[in-house]
Amino acid sequence: MRSRLNSLFDALLPVLATLAALAVGAVMLIILRVSPVEAYGALWEGAFGSTNAIAETLVKSVPLLLVGLGICIAFRASVINIGAEGQMIIGGLLATQIGIVFTDLPGWLVIVMAIFAGFLGGAIWGGIPGALKAYFNVNEILSTVMMNAIAVQIMNFMLRGPMIDPVQLEKASKIPQTARLAEAFRLPRLAPTRLHLGFIIAIALAILVYILLWRTTLGYRIRAVGQNPHASRYGGIRVRRRIVTALLLSGALAGIAGAIQVYGVNYRMITDGSSTGFTGGAGFNGIVAALFGQLHPIGTIPASIFFGALLVGANKMQRAVQIPSALIGALNGLVVIFVVGSEIWRRKRQKVRLSAEDSEDENKSPPLEPDTSTDIPEEVIA
Amino acid sequence: MTENKLPSGHTRIDSLEMRGITKRFPGVLANDKVDFDVRSGEVHALLGENGAGKSTLMKVLYGMYGPEEGDIFLNGKKITIDSPTDSINHGIGMIHQHFMLVETLTVAENVALGLPSSRGFLTDLDKVSERILELADIYGLKIDPDAYIWQLSVGQQQRVEIIKALYRGAALLILDEPTAVLTPQEVDEFFVIMRQMVADGHGLIFISHKLHEIMDICDRVTVLRDGAKIGTKTIADITKSELANWMVGREVIMTRELDDVERGKPRLSLENISCDSDRGTPALRSVSLDVHAGEILGLAGISGNGQRELAESITGLREVTNGKVILEGEDVTNFRPGDVTERMLSYVPEERMKDGMIKDFSISENMVLREHHISPFAEKGFLMLKTIAEHTDDMIQKFRVKTPSRETKAGSLSGGNIQKVVLAREISRNPRVLLAAQPTRGLDVGATEYVHAQLLEQRKNGTAIMMVSEDLDEVMALSDRIAVICEGEIMGIVPRNEATPQKLGLMMAGVVPEEEETRTTSFTL
Repeated sequence: MRSRLNSLFDALLPVLATLAALAVGAVMLIILRVSPVEAYGALWEGAFGSTNAIAETLVKSVPLLLVGLGICIAFRASVINIGAEGQMIIGGLLATQIGIVFTDLPGWLVIVMAIFAGFLGGAIWGGIPGALKAYFNVNEILSTVMMNAIAVQIMNFMLRGPMIDPVQLEKASKIPQTARLAEAFRLPRLAPTRLHLGFIIAIALAILVYILLWRTTLGYRIRAVGQNPHASRYGGIRVRRRIVTALLLSGALAGIAGAIQVYGVNYRMITDGSSTGFTGGAGFNGIVAALFGQLHPIGTIPASIFFGALLVGANKMQRAVQIPSALIGALNGLVVIFVVGSEIWRRKRQKVRLSAEDSEDENKSPPLEPDTSTDIPEEVIA
Repeated sequence: MTENKLPSGHTRIDSLEMRGITKRFPGVLANDKVDFDVRSGEVHALLGENGAGKSTLMKVLYGMYGPEEGDIFLNGKKITIDSPTDSINHGIGMIHQHFMLVETLTVAENVALGLPSSRGFLTDLDKVSERILELADIYGLKIDPDAYIWQLSVGQQQRVEIIKALYRGAALLILDEPTAVLTPQEVDEFFVIMRQMVADGHGLIFISHKLHEIMDICDRVTVLRDGAKIGTKTIADITKSELANWMVGREVIMTRELDDVERGKPRLSLENISCDSDRGTPALRSVSLDVHAGEILGLAGISGNGQRELAESITGLREVTNGKVILEGEDVTNFRPGDVTERMLSYVPEERMKDGMIKDFSISENMVLREHHISPFAEKGFLMLKTIAEHTDDMIQKFRVKTPSRETKAGSLSGGNIQKVVLAREISRNPRVLLAAQPTRGLDVGATEYVHAQLLEQRKNGTAIMMVSEDLDEVMALSDRIAVICEGEIMGIVPRNEATPQKLGLMMAGVVPEEEETRTTSFTL
């Protein structure tokens, strides 16, 4: 009975944490002399208030989910991939190039090729830090972040030069953007909204990633390497290779996110000089979504939709009640801190509970005390 | 120095008494009205199988658990202990089985850790070092305050833990299986320290599974079984086998006769292999050994003399720099671990939690760690979860693993049950060669008995077994032949009937027996 209450509480914890974050946000709103009721009403309205709003929320969640899936794979292997921004960019660039070059091919084929190009681009951009980590012991957090910077400059260069829209080339303005994709190449829409096929693709990939991680030998190996590389080696697993595989797949999923962003939403690539101009920050927010989803591919689906809603709703809120945009950023940050914090708290609680239950079993292992175990996700959060 | 002061300058604890301690965990009575007391100047052993409630009782005393019932009296006065800080303030110290030391800090830094500095924000390590040397001098603990923990041997690290407790004013020490991690020599040194402390008026609580140690060092022994106290006796009034039966609650087989098994061909041959340690220094120097079908070759030696490296060289986990590893006629030198495993070599590693298990994986997942990729546990890259589950259930039953379910995380099992899972995995493959490193380290009498029976069963089946052990009793009880390793060299190989503890002990210390030739001839055995 008590354990059931406990697990119910655990399940509701992220929701409670979100409410707590909104409560703190309410205080900030009051200081700005804005009615929190009105503001949060607008937020809800913006995220779920109409078919269009819901569609926008889902559209926003697609890149979060795809990036988040990659994060699930990498973090399960104890590899911290902060490079999803760059991986999205490279994936997006390669995918765009497909649409620009193969204008004579049928639409579906170009879309398939583009998604594959996105996969490939992301895989390369994730695989390089993977190989550096596995074979040269280069810290992947640093290398993936640096790869982000490189990717942005490549994008800026490509969109200003080789890939620039021929129309822009003739104009004096020279806006750094590619040509628009042909209508046939755009991802089909699911309803008379902006919601596109990419959403279905992302959900399907979530299921595939779940199967990969828990039903295949490759997934077993990736998780084993993440938990205990020594025992993995003993078990005949080639640890270095699996580290590369994990980052490669992680990057590939982010690359697909880039491709789908181009083919489903923007229909071209355009840069404002920064990475978020293209990704909308999905490369970072996807990490939060994955953590919110407990690094489980299926859990990452609702988590992505939640953060998608927050992003979309916050826009509406800003317009409705006229608050500085910085507050929206702060509100997002609050939710992240509360949710991630509650997750750490939940694990600690669980550990205490477990160790109590441990001693009840007659098999009490040696004192666990200040647990120094390297729980990957926790390490990541902390 | 007044009457009730210890040489360390702290107040002596004349008596400490726990009365009627009851501690419940949801559904289980971990301690049932347990009485326990310890006096100044004695070693009181706390004995019991895993899960008997020893650790719980000591955690109550150390303030890590609050008991539901019962009181603690210090020098006849009732005290309350709500946290380890309380118990430290009362002069109670605890040496945990797993050391609580920061490897990258020095001895002095570790001792000072968590204590206020006399210089406020600045450290006062010079003062700390001075006091450490003072304590070390009083108790005969050789230690360099400026040494880094990672540079120290396990025995030295333990001394740091003792110093840490003494530094904090411990008059009474709880020693939780302190010898489990020590070599026989280190145990002897440790006992000298213990005797010194007792002579000085400290009270010691000694938790151990090793009966001969209890007979050796303790004054009284209290036995716990299933959370209840069975009784307390003076060591002088009880024999070793009585103690064993008392603890387990049934007759225990202390010695075994080896069945006659015909020795077959050599299945594993090492030809002059050498390798380096993790630090890059030579760990093995031209080791040659044969292990035959149907025999147990015991590898005796003080831990850290190349045993671990030897096992890792054979299993492909460590690079062999010179020489050959021959497995059933095939040269497998520097093969990948997976390829060696595939040739039906099984390996029970010494550090089973670190090297042999993934503690956040379920028992099922751990059960197939070696063969997760091959039929019947995997087909075309997919895990056959049903087959794995059935196999695991089967193994749990056969090897009597105590666990709520096969989905239980391996990390939450006790040491004995973890070893059973490892053994189940390694033995159920019907290996041609079995390498077992310290297979019973840290296990209680019952579990040890079980592991020994399994090894002998494998021997009967004709498996070639190499058993690495520091426990001479174990080596002599189970081995057909005993090889002794010292500083990475094989000092000689002694047949079962010629082995005596004295002879093996000398060889472990690096003395080559006279009648034996050098190791090059012993290799032809």
